[in-house]
Amino acid sequence: MATATGSLPRRGLLARPTAKTGVWGWMTTVDHKKIGIMYCATALFFFGVGGLEALAIRLQLAQPNGEVLTASQYNQFFTMHGLTMIFLVVMPLGVGLMNYFIPLMIGARDVAFPRLNAFSYWVFLVGGLFLYSSFFLGGAPDGGWFGYAPLSTSLPGHGMTFYSLGLQILGVASLAGAVNFIITIINMRAPGMTFFKLPVFIWMSMVTSFLLLFAMPVIAVALFQLMFDRAFEANFFNPAAGGEPLLWQHLFWLFGHPEVYIMILPAMGIVSEILPTFARKPIFGYAAIVFAGAAIGIMGWGVWAHHMFAVGLGPVANSVFAATTMFIAVPTGVKIFNWLGTLWGGDIRFKTPLLFSVGFVALFIIGGLSGVSHAIVPHDAQQTDTYYIVAHFHYVLFGGAIFGIFGGIYYWWPKVFGWTLGEGLGKLHFWLFFIGMNLTFGLMHIVGLQGQPRRTYTYPEGMGWDFLNFIETIGAFTIAFSMVVFLVNIVISKAKREAAGDDPWDARTLEWATSSPPPEHNFDTIPQVHERDDFWYRKYGSPHEQPQPVIAGGADGHEEHIHLPSPSYFPMFASFGLPVAAYGVIFFSDWSFAPLVIGGGLLWTLLSLVGWVLEPGTADE
Amino acid sequence: MSDAQTSMEHVVDPHMQDHPSPRKYVNVALILAIITAIEVAIYYVTAISASVLTAMLIGLAFIKFVMVGLYFMHLKFDSHTFRRFFITGIVLAFFVFGAVMALFFTRGGPAPGFGS
Amino acid sequence: MSTHAAAPEHHTSTGLDNTKLAMWAFLGSECLFFGSFISTYLLYRNRVVAGPTPHEIYDIPYTSVSSFVLLMSSLTMVLALAAIQRGDQRGLRIWLLATSFLGLVFVGGQVYEFTSFVDEGLKVSTSTFGSSFFVLTGFHGAHVTVGILMLLALVGLSWSGRLEPSSEGARKVELIGLYWHFVDIVWIVIFTVIYLVPTNPSA
Repeated sequence: MATATGSLPRRGLLARPTAKTGVWGWMTTVDHKKIGIMYCATALFFFGVGGLEALAIRLQLAQPNGEVLTASQYNQFFTMHGLTMIFLVVMPLGVGLMNYFIPLMIGARDVAFPRLNAFSYWVFLVGGLFLYSSFFLGGAPDGGWFGYAPLSTSLPGHGMTFYSLGLQILGVASLAGAVNFIITIINMRAPGMTFFKLPVFIWMSMVTSFLLLFAMPVIAVALFQLMFDRAFEANFFNPAAGGEPLLWQHLFWLFGHPEVYIMILPAMGIVSEILPTFARKPIFGYAAIVFAGAAIGIMGWGVWAHHMFAVGLGPVANSVFAATTMFIAVPTGVKIFNWLGTLWGGDIRFKTPLLFSVGFVALFIIGGLSGVSHAIVPHDAQQTDTYYIVAHFHYVLFGGAIFGIFGGIYYWWPKVFGWTLGEGLGKLHFWLFFIGMNLTFGLMHIVGLQGQPRRTYTYPEGMGWDFLNFIETIGAFTIAFSMVVFLVNIVISKAKREAAGDDPWDARTLEWATSSPPPEHNFDTIPQVHERDDFWYRKYGSPHEQPQPVIAGGADGHEEHIHLPSPSYFPMFASFGLPVAAYGVIFFSDWSFAPLVIGGGLLWTLLSLVGWVLEPGTADE
Repeated sequence: MSDAQTSMEHVVDPHMQDHPSPRKYVNVALILAIITAIEVAIYYVTAISASVLTAMLIGLAFIKFVMVGLYFMHLKFDSHTFRRFFITGIVLAFFVFGAVMALFFTRGGPAPGFGS
Repeated sequence: MSTHAAAPEHHTSTGLDNTKLAMWAFLGSECLFFGSFISTYLLYRNRVVAGPTPHEIYDIPYTSVSSFVLLMSSLTMVLALAAIQRGDQRGLRIWLLATSFLGLVFVGGQVYEFTSFVDEGLKVSTSTFGSSFFVLTGFHGAHVTVGILMLLALVGLSWSGRLEPSSEGARKVELIGLYWHFVDIVWIVIFTVIYLVPTNPSA
């Protein structure tokens, strides 16, 4: 576009940022790799915060009649723990890895909309900080992560208003990211990279993005309705005025169940990359695992009411949703066999990424099976709101998503930074993580079936839960200690800086075809793809082609000049208006000037968008 | 979109050449206007029962919806990939919200605790 | 909207334009946004515990006119696109301004409708009908307002000579047009389902 229209006047509102390094280099970057790193780093920071909240909760429950937290603090901590881990840890870690590796794995130079990508990150960051600012402004959300009405509409204070607006802001980031990834995968593939040559991680990223695309607007509406109920006296969920609290549950879980797959599918994709690499075999049943992923994405829309069996939807509805819920276990089961089949007969190397991946498969099976047990309606009535549910979703989200993501972190670390994380400490991290996880959440199955209710800040003596709860707390601290091992591993490995090489694992996909870390333009020449796992066949040849030189990156001496998108201030600026407007809504009844704050925030974002539009994506050089 | 190679003024990309002429647009708008007039007119005909009226109104709105989509949004002429996004959204919305409405309206009566 | 591909060469894997595909993806998402609000309204329209019921308060002739205005703004929008495809920047500006004007009339009509409803005793806080009606139509009005801002931005770009006479400029107009028509389509549904379809107070 720049060549043909060079004669047109091109003025931006601000001088173009030029810093490539330093703080401004990061803040104005539109490079998908830097944005991916920022996503992951921010999410790992929030993982620490959410983990500290979990430790406080576990300390409180370590013995009966605990006095570590008050009931009110406990409510805020478990709500914020859930919100943090879901919206500020698992989702952004998945998005961060998707950001870094989608373009590399499909042979592109960046995502389809680099500035929109930066905007997603900054909105995510300000949304997370906004949510946490509630602790200093009268109390954090305290109505549970799924904010059931009418409790969420009637809780005093601003906590649940922060919930409605904080998640709304984070939703903007997710929606923008989803559109970006979908278009990137559909439209930015290297020549020859047909859909059925895409790595499984890319497929799962695409299914995840489609789920986000269609699920985020539903929760946006529910959150707007909650916001109007709380801040502007609307009656959406007010039973006294004919409102239906049940509507909240439907809208929430219409989003909430796809959300479960939004969190797990990226991890499934990561594991589907790691297992073939370390078994030195192609993924077993590529078509089956891809179709199973797509089937999960579609069927995920037909199971939401299994979260609501206990409200009494009636026998017909309960039976239908019980059946769909059991049925969705089928494509998930297919994937398990894909992974087992990949390992079967493979030349297996037990490196840390593989340990985490195998841990993922094992723990996810347990979480999946306890999930199917909720599909049995009478059984579910017994389990609802007990620690059995807490055990289940931690097996799929911690044992599943987090294990898969940490596998990905160990697997891709050398690509991102050029040096490998130490194997010894990595394995120690895995085993502590694995043991701590099973101690903490495995025992919750038992206390749950014994009737210990979730979301209750204490329990009396003599219920028979004391010992198991104490062990659970020990498990939680084991997990925390394993994270310390992880951090120490980073520090030590960084000091050693043993060069990883471009392809340390003898891997299969295109991201390993470029240098470690990749150059800003990713590939010197865009690869022509001939095979699934193209990089493997480039190295070893295939029935159709001879081994060919690997396309490296990073060399300065490449001949053609590559136009890359230029850095910009505006994505970051545009994000700042959203929390400002949100504060205006929160303090609407407290501040007489609140409408000005709302208007000012929105105007700021609008003006930033104007600057964004007036600025060409790639600066003239 | 191949604007980079040329500096000629009125380059029209191949998809857009299939777009209808302004006259065709005006004709579509005329039909839309007539349908709207019919909608409002039948709203005032008391002889039509509520359920028949509802069916007729929804049918007419559907025709308008499809015409705007096909002609003004060019779905009739453009790549089918575009309409797939849109139709997925519409079908999904009908499916899930149809189910939610069915769950509410087959339950019979408002929620417990709502006095009527 | 020059948030274009990172690749310097503009061809894409499917040959389809990135921004246009993104706009359709966004519109697919919006279907569920408005679907949620419309379903909420359908759930609540027959549940009026206090204040006026829908058909006591709706002014059908008035809303018919404003619906017609919005419908015709879709015509002026496609005529704007046809103008830039001919390379007619002046025609483009005239039709874009006409579209914005019709949009403004519609939004102005909505503001008047809201004020008169409040005067007649229907507020967001009056009933579930009030909440679901105002929030649904309010969000639609906000969409129209955003559309007007984008149309005026296009007029400004054309005026200052920044709207490329090539297909790149037409693409921008087409994108905003898609959004505009979508907002019109949503109103087609709202006008029928919210205003015209009879309510059944006994249900």
